[in-house]
Amino acid sequence: MTDSLDQIFVTLKHWLLSGLDDLLKWLEVAPPGWSMPLVSIVLSLAPILMVFPALFAITTVLERKGLGRIQNRYGPNRVGPFGFLQFAADGIKALIKEDLVPRAADKVVHFIAPVILVITAFTVYAVLPFGRNMVAADLDAGLLFFFAVGAASELAVFMAGWSSRNKYALLGAMRAIAQMVSYEIPLILSSVAVVMITGTLSLTKIVEAQSTHAGLLPDWFVFTPWGFMGFTLFMIAANAELNRSPFDLPEGESEIIAGYFIEYSGFKFALFFLSEYLSMFALSGLGITLFLGGWNAPFAALDFIPSWAWFFAKLLALIFLFIWTRGTLPRLRQDQLMNLAWKFMIPMVLVNLVAAALWHFTGPGWMRWLTSGALVVGAYMLLGKPQFESKDIGKRTYRFAD
Amino acid sequence: MTPLAGYLLLSAFLFAIGLAGALTRRNAIIVLIGIELMLNAANLNFIAFWRYGPNPEELTGIMFVIFSIAVAAAEAAVGLALIIAIYRHYKTTNMDEINSLKG
Amino acid sequence: MNLPFAIIAAVIVAAATAAMTLRNLVHSSLAVAVAFGGLALAYLYLDAQFVGLTQILVYVGAVAILIVFAVLLTRGGEPPEKCIFSATWFWGLLITVAVFATLAWCVMHSFASRRDPSDKVEVTVKQIGDALMTKFVLPLEVIGLLLTAALIGAVIIAMREEKK
Repeated sequence: MTDSLDQIFVTLKHWLLSGLDDLLKWLEVAPPGWSMPLVSIVLSLAPILMVFPALFAITTVLERKGLGRIQNRYGPNRVGPFGFLQFAADGIKALIKEDLVPRAADKVVHFIAPVILVITAFTVYAVLPFGRNMVAADLDAGLLFFFAVGAASELAVFMAGWSSRNKYALLGAMRAIAQMVSYEIPLILSSVAVVMITGTLSLTKIVEAQSTHAGLLPDWFVFTPWGFMGFTLFMIAANAELNRSPFDLPEGESEIIAGYFIEYSGFKFALFFLSEYLSMFALSGLGITLFLGGWNAPFAALDFIPSWAWFFAKLLALIFLFIWTRGTLPRLRQDQLMNLAWKFMIPMVLVNLVAAALWHFTGPGWMRWLTSGALVVGAYMLLGKPQFESKDIGKRTYRFAD
Repeated sequence: MTPLAGYLLLSAFLFAIGLAGALTRRNAIIVLIGIELMLNAANLNFIAFWRYGPNPEELTGIMFVIFSIAVAAAEAAVGLALIIAIYRHYKTTNMDEINSLKG
Repeated sequence: MNLPFAIIAAVIVAAATAAMTLRNLVHSSLAVAVAFGGLALAYLYLDAQFVGLTQILVYVGAVAILIVFAVLLTRGGEPPEKCIFSATWFWGLLITVAVFATLAWCVMHSFASRRDPSDKVEVTVKQIGDALMTKFVLPLEVIGLLLTAALIGAVIIAMREEKK
């Protein structure tokens, strides 16, 4: 029973495929050789194209509700029960709004930019394992695929900013690219530690490597010194990659209005919004896969809950973390942003690689906890603490007129 | 025409168009792009010969391309830094106007 | 000749030609990014998965970004009013045609290009990693040194000179 529930979507796909095959045989139509693999791919992709936009719709409402709670107000509460149909109203509004394109804009590039952004945001889902046997394309270099496709979105951001012929859009695009390039290094290097330990770039194999249990805790990488530091750095870098608060300088409303998508309206603006949230889910999914054990249950006793439910539960938890961060932390300054990346995060991930290597070569036992943990904590004390207390990254000091 | 010949012709065309850009355009950045295209043409040749060679399990072609991509990235970084330095000095990136070695 | 190769080749040829002939420098750099992406597709089609993905990561994700940044920093965003080709364009074109004719003649007449394709090969990332750490470890170290030197060199060259 639990197995059939766990594999319900996989079974459904096979049932549909064999049903189609039977139907074609009954109709005595011989399909060409390439058609059945194509149908199989479409059946794998269709759920992704439906589930994640739906999650996007729900998340926009939850985020506004959550931010409202944090800021001591209600948030949307007019459309539907408790305002949960707000996304439908917003979607209809975006669809029927006039699509304005500036006269000076580079029309072709202006049109292509949001399309590329959404396509890349969807493409990365192909390699994420959502559950046992549930991955659209089990690539041998899945992690590399994820980062390669993600890197292509930077160019789309530039295209959007440059083609608008607006100085705020261009400034926002330049800020966004500088930020994304800087934070891509800690993002990739923190996942390299996982690759070093598991010895594979395939995301399904990385999840399999975390499926065992050692004592009380599961063998998730977040429960190791290097994994914890790696996960923390990964989430900070992911937050910056997504241009979300406190790293939302590229779209800082009070400085450059809305950044690179300022000249987009109507449906194209909705596409930007969609791709932003899709990349947030994708990066959260990658963080889950790399550090939080993917679709594995935390305890063996909880294995009766289907694997895909665990994945989405963890995903919702990370989405909550993102919303919480956004509601709590104020925006950084540009120099603080760059100092944080180059003076703190990149040295830390490099030390973290050494910590992961120590963990691997010390062998099982308490010694590896000691060596690897001491290295990570020592590096933080030496690199992080003095900087967070200095004026480069640290808190602003205010002087009030009195 | 065999598949290998198709790839080699594509690579030859890519090399030629890169060379044409490097030799005929005025802007230094386009010249650099042309050089990048020529490097990529060589990479395509490596991969095509590796795939259609007698023993592909040797991986030599793939290794060459990996190293070549790393070198090309370094070349692009240094080349563009030079172009920016030149622009700061001469206030132009036109190759026809940058013709004296003395500053 | 098969259809996927024809499509990939058409994309690469069109994008490369556009990159070299368009007036606007930003359009040129976007076109060359498309050409890099097309080459990555060609590598993927030739069963070189790792190289194809590396090509996208390095060229589309880094080199193309670097190029557009350089274009904007040198105020190349607007198309020039003057002729975009250099004074000696005729000789350049002549040399190019000669080079392409020679290469094409060689390709069409060499015995190597008439070779039949070998069987499909499956190259895993692990094999590449093992090769990099054993047989090709010295080139790997040299590349590491080269990249470090290039990084420092690029920063020093592009650094604004101190006003004396």
